[in-house]
Formats: sequence, structure tokens, C-alpha cells
Amino acid sequence: MDLKKRVEQYLGPEGLVVAMTECQGDLSAEVPKKNILDVMHLLRDTPDLGFNFLSDVFGVDNLDLNKPKKKPKKKTEEGEGAEAEEEPKEKGPSPPRYEVVYLLLCLERNERLQVKVRVAEDDMEVDSLYPIWKASDWPEREIFDMFGIRFKGHPNLKRLLMWDDFPAHPLRKDYPLEGQGEERHLVYDD
Amino acid sequence: MNQNPTSQTSYESDNYVTINIGPSHPSMHGTLRIITMTDGETIVKAEPDIGYLHRGVEKLGESLTYHQFIPITDRLNYCSAIPNNVSYEMAVEKLMGVEVPEKAQLIRVIMMELARIADHQVCIGILGVDLGAFTPFFYLIIQREEIYEIFEWFNGARLTNTFGRIGGVDADLPDDFEERWEELKPNVRKANDETEKLLTHNRIWMDRTIGISAFSAEDALNRGFTGPCLRACGVKRDLRIDEPYCMYDKFKFEVPVGKNGDVFDRYIVRMIEMEESLKIIDQAYKLYKEMPSDAPLMARVPKVIKPPAGEVYSALESPNGELGFFVKSNGSANPYRIRIRPPCYMMFQALPELVKGEMVADLIACISSLNIIAGELDR
Repeated sequence: MDLKKRVEQYLGPEGLVVAMTECQGDLSAEVPKKNILDVMHLLRDTPDLGFNFLSDVFGVDNLDLNKPKKKPKKKTEEGEGAEAEEEPKEKGPSPPRYEVVYLLLCLERNERLQVKVRVAEDDMEVDSLYPIWKASDWPEREIFDMFGIRFKGHPNLKRLLMWDDFPAHPLRKDYPLEGQGEERHLVYDD
Repeated sequence: MNQNPTSQTSYESDNYVTINIGPSHPSMHGTLRIITMTDGETIVKAEPDIGYLHRGVEKLGESLTYHQFIPITDRLNYCSAIPNNVSYEMAVEKLMGVEVPEKAQLIRVIMMELARIADHQVCIGILGVDLGAFTPFFYLIIQREEIYEIFEWFNGARLTNTFGRIGGVDADLPDDFEERWEELKPNVRKANDETEKLLTHNRIWMDRTIGISAFSAEDALNRGFTGPCLRACGVKRDLRIDEPYCMYDKFKFEVPVGKNGDVFDRYIVRMIEMEESLKIIDQAYKLYKEMPSDAPLMARVPKVIKPPAGEVYSALESPNGELGFFVKSNGSANPYRIRIRPPCYMMFQALPELVKGEMVADLIACISSLNIIAGELDR
């Protein structure tokens, strides 16, 4: 049985899969954020799935994912003034802004699976995978560093690459590439 | 990065001395910093602190075009830039659904295996230097320089090769490759033999490496180890065999496996891998010679690369382990997100466990044997 069916078979009945997508043979499953630990336990401990190796964890900021490239550029040039006149283009609830992607690997069958969790701006906390895989230690710190997503249960959640009192989260899409300092543009409350 | 290490980490016991190693220290491989708490000469606690070489490579990629990012990947692992280039190119090719011509794949294999030999030579040479054995370093570095000659004469750069393009390679192997290769091969073997004679059964070398920073296979898998360091722990995993890419399934080679996961096993695994790489290059070059001389080197790709919206992860077995690139596209000419999965990132985070209870001098041996490259660690 192919991987997609197996994942749906084990995770589907309990409502642990929101969506499954496939891109050039890479299967990815989006799961509810609150169930991430259950999902990971299931994926690791079910013999038919057996994803026993965590290859990587990283974040993605989906701000302006489907907008043309020019617009955000213009916005940063004009500074804060332009922020207010952002067109109310998106209708209906837009999907949560951030994603945390876990790359899993089954060593026995050499199968790979991407597990995705969507993180909304008003609830930036995900359960840490540190109790399951210690490999998630630094990657989770890096996501906290770069995106500001907090990991509940991580033993040492502090910045990894930037220095401790760095004021912003640089891999966010609204972090300016040039200028005299991001504090002038961005105020983060954490 | 703490400005003041003692203020944040609670190293307050009177019996312990906190030593700050790095970030700029001759025995550190690049700008690494380790805050160690020692009891006499024994390490009680070690805490790596990284980020001194952070250049924002992932952020940088978001505002470059797909081809412009290839030179940036050179700067990740400067010991073996070519696998980094190829790994990134493979990720974009996978996203675009492009099939690379076989001849280009063979050239990639030849170059990647040469880079693997060079990387292992540096790793073992430096490991020797760090442990006080200076002679093997010269044997190995001379041959590494010969390999760099081949790279240089292939595309003009020793370290930052910018090898290949998305969809294939830009140039064919030069005409006298065979001549150079036949000259290089016995010399590499000879240097390896000399190194082995000097080190492997050397009493001091054995005392300094056997049992040092040993790691069990279970812990290594939990910590995300890959590559020679995982194989040294006794796990037979090599992406070249397990998830073949670039025609690796057509070559016959052995994957060496260690037992204890200590510094000695990592050294031995690397030594054997070099020999296997030589065999792979021979086989790849034989296949390459059978190809017609006008076989294509590039797949048909547009001049401006605009992959369809989507996201893929593609990994290959770099000299250090699994090196993967995650590329997300939204259909424009710039990647939306590039994530690099460097192999030594995962291994360096296990350092506190690896060196706990060892001597300070063994900490240096441990770092050398993991082959930590600050460029890909901090990105």
C-alpha cells in the first residue's frame, strides 16, 4: 500500500489529518497544531509507518505567498505610511501565516514524509518535539530565533544564531532587507 | 550568544572552572564557541554557542534568482563546495521536474566523489594536527591540493567552485582528465597508505582516539546523525545506496560501518570511504567514456527559471552526511523559501553529550572528528 493511503488509514479516523498534498513525489500531511505530539507518536510507533528519524524542522512564513513580487517591495520603500493603505484584498479567513515543517524519514523503507503545522499570528506556540527526538533541539531554537514561534516544553528555548537581545525575527517576510535597523519598522512584543 | 557567559549559565560551583573556548581560537574549526565547565581537566558540561558566522544565507536566497543562489551554496561548506552546489541544483530540478542528462550526472558523480576525497583528507589531516600528529597532514594536504588543481582547471576556482547549473553542467570534462586522474589516483592511495601506517596502529593515536566521545547508534539516530559519524556508530545508512540519485545505483562500492561510534571509528570510516570513492570515480569515468562525445550536458530548461508553485526537499550524501535543500516556490523567479539542512548542524548539537566526562583535549578531537564546518553550521 502506498504511503499516502497508509498515513490516511492511521491518522485519518482520529481526525489528525487536515490535508494531504503531493509535489513531485514529496508527500506532505498537514496536521492540527494541538495534536502534533500525538501525530508524531503515532507516526513513529505504528509499525506500518515507522518514521523513526527526524531529519529536520524549519519554519516558513507564508505572508504574500500568492501576491506578485512587486507589491511588498514598494511597501517597504515607503515605510510605515504605506502599511495603512494595504488593500483589503483577501476575502474570508486567510490561512494562518506561519508553517512549521517536520521532515520525517523511515529508515527501514527509505520513505520520507513532510508533516506540517500551521501557526496563526495570535497563537505562536507549538509543542516541542524534544521529548521524542532530541534532534529537534537546535532547529526549534532556530525557528524561535528566526520566526518568533515558541515551543512548549523545550528545555532551553533561546536564540540560536542571532544574539540574545536582537530585536526582531529576521526570516519573517516583512523583515526589511535594507535600512538602518528593523526596530524602526517592526515592533514585536516578545 | 551571551555577551557574558557566566551571567546566564549557572556555573557557580566553587569546584568548577568555566573555560571559554573560541570563537576565535587556533584549534576551533572556524568561528565556533564552546563554554565548558571543567573539574580539573575533565569536562563537566559543555555548551556550544553558534552563530558567529551567520550570514543569513536562507534570507539572502529569497531575493536572488534560482541561478544566483548557486554561488551562495559554495560558501556553506568550503571544504567541499561541489556537493552543496549539486544538492541545491537537484532540489530545483526536482521542483521543475527536469531530468538531467546522463552524461551530466556522471560528471557530477566524478566531481562530487573528488570533493568527498578532498573533504575527508582535510578532516583526517586536521584531526591529526589537533591530536599532535603533524606529518600525515602534509601527505594528505598535498594530494588535496592536486584535487583542487583538477577543480581549478575545470572551472577556475579552488574552493568556491560554483559547479554545474540547474539542469545539468556547464562544461564537459577537459580532454586530459584521464591523464590527470591516472596520475592522481596512485598518489592519493599512497598518501592514504602512509597516513594509515603512521596513525592506525600508532599507540599514541589509539590511546587518544579509541573510546573517545563514543556514541550509541540509538542516541545517534535520535540526535539526527547522518553520514560517516552515523556509520561509525554501526548504522549502515548511505543515501547513495538507500535513496540513489545521479546514477549511484549503477556503481559497486562498499559502505564501511564502524562499531563504537568513537573518534577512531569515524577516522577509519573516512579512510575506507576515500578508497571507495576512488573506485566510484573509476566506474563513473568508464561509463562516461562510453557516452558519445556530443551527448547533451544540459536538460532543456528556460533561461529564466520559474518553477511551478510547490515545495520539495531533496537530499544527497555529502562528505559529512545528509545535505538537503528544501525549496518552496510561488511561481515567481525568486525562491519563496530555501531551507538548508546541513549535516554537521545536527551533530554539533549533540556535543554536550559527546564530550561529557572527557578531557578538554579530547573535546578538540571530538570536534575535528565530527568535521564541523562553521559555514554550513551557521549559514
